[in-house]
Amino acid sequence: MTLEPATRVDSVPPSGIRRFFELAEEMDDIISLGVGEPDFSAPWAAREAAIASLERGQTSYTANRGKRELRERIADYEAATHGLQYDPDEEILVTAGASEGLDLAFRALLNPGDTVAIAQPCYVSYVPGATFAGVDVVDVPTRAEDEFKLTRDVLESAGAADADALVYCYPNNPTGATMTGDEIAEVAAFCRENDLVVFADEIYADLTYEHDHTSIASLPGMRERTVVFNGFSKAFAMTGFRLGYAMAPPEAIEAMNRIHQYSMLSAPTTAQYAAIEALDNCREEVTEMTAQYDRRRKYVLTRFDEMGIDCFPAAGAFYAFPECPWDDADEFAEALLQEKRVAVVPGSAFGAGGTGHLRVSYATGLSDLKEAMARIESFIE
Amino acid sequence: MSSRREILDLLRENARYTTEDIARLTDFSESEVAEIIEEFEEAGVIRGYQAVVDWNAVETDEERVRATVELNVTLDRETSYDDISDRIAKFPEVTSLRLVSGDYDFDLEVEGDSMREVSHFISDKIAPIPEITQTVTHYIMESYKEQGMEFDDHDDDDRLSVSP
Repeated sequence: MTLEPATRVDSVPPSGIRRFFELAEEMDDIISLGVGEPDFSAPWAAREAAIASLERGQTSYTANRGKRELRERIADYEAATHGLQYDPDEEILVTAGASEGLDLAFRALLNPGDTVAIAQPCYVSYVPGATFAGVDVVDVPTRAEDEFKLTRDVLESAGAADADALVYCYPNNPTGATMTGDEIAEVAAFCRENDLVVFADEIYADLTYEHDHTSIASLPGMRERTVVFNGFSKAFAMTGFRLGYAMAPPEAIEAMNRIHQYSMLSAPTTAQYAAIEALDNCREEVTEMTAQYDRRRKYVLTRFDEMGIDCFPAAGAFYAFPECPWDDADEFAEALLQEKRVAVVPGSAFGAGGTGHLRVSYATGLSDLKEAMARIESFIE
Repeated sequence: MSSRREILDLLRENARYTTEDIARLTDFSESEVAEIIEEFEEAGVIRGYQAVVDWNAVETDEERVRATVELNVTLDRETSYDDISDRIAKFPEVTSLRLVSGDYDFDLEVEGDSMREVSHFISDKIAPIPEITQTVTHYIMESYKEQGMEFDDHDDDDRLSVSP
């Protein structure tokens, strides 16, 4: 026996973002629009609550499912903001980021050989997560002409009707696409008709700029077949705290907790104290950050329009997903980085449907954003 | 839809944003932005535009001394707060003047080239005003934050340059 990767690991290639990251890291003075996390620090009150908990010596494990105080607040928050009703004792699991939650769901709720339809382009962990769990993946590429929304037609064309589960994320990373209540209802109907369970990644739910977010679990007949994932990373700018949560009916949470209690034991304790404070007292900061993102979004979309770059009006998260002015987006992104010191990520790094596009993150201060857009403009001239 | 208030917020964030910048950051056109700003100026909503200066960072021998002064006053039938504030606010050394609640009445900010100058100003010009019964002067020793801006070294962005 030698220490070599197992076949299920070997079959998953390293993230497509990795190569870009390495290129960018070697350079000084780059302006990066390639970052998938807020440029703001976590709200000071949340940071201070974390510090205070450390000073009080609150450094032990918590309950597997997370501190009850936190689960209660999550239940209240989700009820107030997204109309979701989950019982803090049986239907909420606090995880180390939403990513852990998704990994748990793949392993705890699907069997090897089951099929999961994954709406793409998408966050880089979904396909590998399914693969590690031995689950087969059906790519569901969304289309530029639909503004990267998930539609019945897109699902049917991809053969998602035969899948056991559907994974999607709206507001979307990498496209910034959002879906209205009616559009989500169409997806819900498809899932009910074809008996699919849904893993809905709603990590960007509070970062919408044109219309409110609709959670699929709030629609009739969906709660019992849906796991909702959310967390504190994006809206509360707490990525490094590594704190998320999953919400689902008791049997599903029980199954996920079965893995969680052995692999993670409990989500980081310090982060849980920070999250309690975030939900109690940091909503105003979230509103302010959201207002800032919205201004930058308008700025970026206006600038692309001025440059003659085709970009649909992305209305969520903190990404724009313009069509690449060159045929080869990978080549474009690399040349832009080398010649103008601006990092963007080619859409192909996010799976099917992303080819020919660029992910441009506006989670960057306005002065850098202005300079980066000016450099892109001079680059394409 | 953007509100007119948003233009105030943006100018408070950075008064040097051009009308073009503001138009790109909101739903207003450039000419609408120019018009709204003009209306704010005419209505006295926007009273001026100033730089936020960290005097410690200015490389010059010139000193800038600032003090906040607590003022207690007595009123009578003929004299209101407004009468007193009118007299005080006229001095160019006075950079701000506010009526406050609590142990004293006015909160005054004074700026000068030296402690001597500021002290003389208080003792010669402010203290002798008949309604003023007491002054307590606090010299500002260090400024950490002014008008919402922290005076620390800029935080480096320590995020990974590219992340999913």
